[in-house]
Amino acid sequence: MPTTLTVNGTSATVDLPDDTPLLWALRDGLNLTGTKYGCGVAACGACTVLIDGVAQRSCQTALADVAGASVTTIEGLGTPAALHAVQAAWIDHQVAQCGYCQSGQIMQAASLLAENPAPSLQEIDDAMDGNLCRCGTYPRIRAAVQDAASRLREV
Amino acid sequence: MGRLRTIARRTFLIGSAALVGGVAFGTYAYRKPHANPIAGAGIGALTPYVLIDPQGVTIIAPRAEMGQGIHSTLAALVAEELDLPWDQVRVLHGPPAAAYYNAAMLEEGVPFAPTDESWLAETARGAMAIPAKFLALQITGGSTSTPDAYEKMRAAGAVARAALVQAAARRLGLDAATLTTEGGAVIAPDGTRIPYTELAVEAAASDLPAVPPLKAREDWTLLGTSLPRLDMVEKSTGTAQFAGDIRLPGMRFATVRMNPAIGAAMNGFDATAALAMPGVEQVINLGRGVAVVANTTWAAMQGADAIRFDWADASYPATSAEMRAQIAAAFSSDTVDATPRNDGDVTQPRGQTLQAEYHVPPLAHATMEPQQATALLQDGRLEIWVGTQAPGFARKAAAKAAGIAEENVTLHTTLMGGGFGRRTELDASIYAAQVAAAMPGTPVLVTWSREEDMVQGPFRPMASARIAGSVAEGQIETFDLAIAAPSIMETFGERFGVPMAGPDSTLSQGAWEQPYSFANYRVTAHRAPRTVPLGFWRSVGASHNGFFHEGAVDELAHLAGVDPLAFRLQHITHAPSRQVLEAVAEMSGWGTPRPNRALGVAFVLSFGVPTAEVIEVEDTPQGIRLTGAWAAVDVGTALDPRNIQAQVSGAMVFGLSAAINGQITFAGGHVEQRNYWDYEPLRLHQCPEIQVRILESGSKIRGIGEPGTPPAAPALANALFALTGTRARELPLANSFRFA
Repeated sequence: MPTTLTVNGTSATVDLPDDTPLLWALRDGLNLTGTKYGCGVAACGACTVLIDGVAQRSCQTALADVAGASVTTIEGLGTPAALHAVQAAWIDHQVAQCGYCQSGQIMQAASLLAENPAPSLQEIDDAMDGNLCRCGTYPRIRAAVQDAASRLREV
Repeated sequence: MGRLRTIARRTFLIGSAALVGGVAFGTYAYRKPHANPIAGAGIGALTPYVLIDPQGVTIIAPRAEMGQGIHSTLAALVAEELDLPWDQVRVLHGPPAAAYYNAAMLEEGVPFAPTDESWLAETARGAMAIPAKFLALQITGGSTSTPDAYEKMRAAGAVARAALVQAAARRLGLDAATLTTEGGAVIAPDGTRIPYTELAVEAAASDLPAVPPLKAREDWTLLGTSLPRLDMVEKSTGTAQFAGDIRLPGMRFATVRMNPAIGAAMNGFDATAALAMPGVEQVINLGRGVAVVANTTWAAMQGADAIRFDWADASYPATSAEMRAQIAAAFSSDTVDATPRNDGDVTQPRGQTLQAEYHVPPLAHATMEPQQATALLQDGRLEIWVGTQAPGFARKAAAKAAGIAEENVTLHTTLMGGGFGRRTELDASIYAAQVAAAMPGTPVLVTWSREEDMVQGPFRPMASARIAGSVAEGQIETFDLAIAAPSIMETFGERFGVPMAGPDSTLSQGAWEQPYSFANYRVTAHRAPRTVPLGFWRSVGASHNGFFHEGAVDELAHLAGVDPLAFRLQHITHAPSRQVLEAVAEMSGWGTPRPNRALGVAFVLSFGVPTAEVIEVEDTPQGIRLTGAWAAVDVGTALDPRNIQAQVSGAMVFGLSAAINGQITFAGGHVEQRNYWDYEPLRLHQCPEIQVRILESGSKIRGIGEPGTPPAAPALANALFALTGTRARELPLANSFRFA
């Protein structure tokens, strides 16, 4: 049975089995390829999206469980022409190397800052710990999250 | 690539290059040039790095962008000479083509230490440009992209600029010497500006000028500064396109499942249950495994899990213990592959002696993006999108797999979600081509599961080392390092169809060429029997030989009762190597006591880059924490400092991930690790702040993708010894130390 949900502010209907992970409904059903497959077992965070504003691993979220929910992917967070504060901080700090994990990192950071506008370093480490980066961009991720926090507080 | 194709198509349709104005510049004039790969029929193209059309200037950067920022650095080389502002620069990977050969790749293969700048060594290196051109090796690896491009891409920019200036001079009836260039335009003395885009067709119509003198370094405006990466916005907005992000009408999604006894046969399979699953459309026999095709990647992976396979057994030893025993048995006189260093006489130790064994496990690359490729076979032509470090080889392999001629394959090299050497392999291209060939007319994305990516290798080899050394009066008297491992090149050569005769220099890479001046110094490489497929893993032999060598030096320092950093300086005269050690000493506050904390140092010269690293560790109730890291490198000339720092810092994290947790083990002929939960890279909370200092001795320019990795493991192991008194001679360290 098709599932209807809101993706990046627009209603979307996906005709895939109920147990299809949201990750694959987004990537292969809706052609939203900014969300990445890294592990399929919630061990890397590359597939992180916001579900009703909170960061979740889309590889472990069944499509049926997000019926009626509001999903935000990296494409909906901001665009090259209208960047979200976290994306702007990511660019200023030149965080990305290969970039494959960064959609997930950015969504995780956006969720953290929506909940906690002034996270401590420990809180940043705790929140970002589930997001792997094989290129080793971690020090710049820390710096960019702090920078994004201050940008958001100034808005 | 999209633009290249658009240009070619428009040209074809209109039939006149002059009308559409696609013009390519470059320089390969000396010797007989290869055909210009971006010259579509009718385009008045010359050579391969600069493409100017009415939309602007595009620089072709024919090296794999795996995260190392090479597209931006290569583009900056051209843009600098072309006086093109950074915000006007666009970059494309470009097609696989002979003209994009990598000469530096073979230069590094000559049997001379990188510090040897003698006439003989330089002549041998220079001679390698000829076979590189002949072989048309368009490979990204070995930290060679920057040294290979440093002259030729600046020359490409300079030639293009000169041609544009000449065209403007003709149009204006002025002497070319009176014209200048700025902001992507030629400027006349009266202030008239003619943009390059308007001059390109005229410029291409005449003969290319000889390569003009290149800018002096003090005139650089882009090179030598930290530029915003050209791929940063797309990678921060989810719009960067990897091989798995191609979407085509009617596309299907597939995954592959190969024999977990790597390379062994598939005796049979029963796909009945899989074919009954929703979304699963077909199962294709690939010989040593299958592809499952479905309407989503997930359905394909579920389908693959539901297939019952009858796999043949592995042809190699079934367990890690047996593999290790084979390596132990290889320390004999009849398995000597090479003795690349043999100074003095190591058989006469004097003073206090050390004998120790070191061991490292195999490692997987575990790139964040698993192997994947998109392919479409239509009307006898194959189009394939893949992140590959070897596009020429990949195209050839894809053609063979699809059963068509190579000229009927169009290969698009996409961005890569990490490479680390894994994407020199051809398997992702081969499987995608096979699947596409089985379903002509339907585009298909073949994505490996993380588990498949983890268990199939190729791996960094398992290796062991035996050190026998002696110290007297605070100095090393004898240093005898024997290394045994199966040969990477042996299995790589088989996969690439290139016979690899002679010694495998990777067996001793990172050990034999170190700039230590021990009077009695021997490094012997033993070749152990082949086991599993082996590949290039970031920094290759240096990744483990650096651990062996620097562990041994550290042990001898402690045996001699000398500070480990001072001890290294005592034995090194090579100035750039001394300077990186002195730099990390200063950066880390070496020698300053710190309660509950300790420092470890390591120095490895790899890929021509002297690299020193210091790691600080702390004993905490939760376990050992890494609390600081410092690195100093000498790259000769630094083109983009921030990018170099990112590479060194990232390479260190890569090395630390492996040192702490990384191990691939075998049981029953199968890899035991499956995913990131049992092959776990460093996580953010474990990553210390890292400071990197770049030194520029002014000697030959070097690449920096790999040199940061080798010192990481020994620096950490040496720090653990300083903290705990326990010497770590075996990786991964988490097997014997508790980390927070």
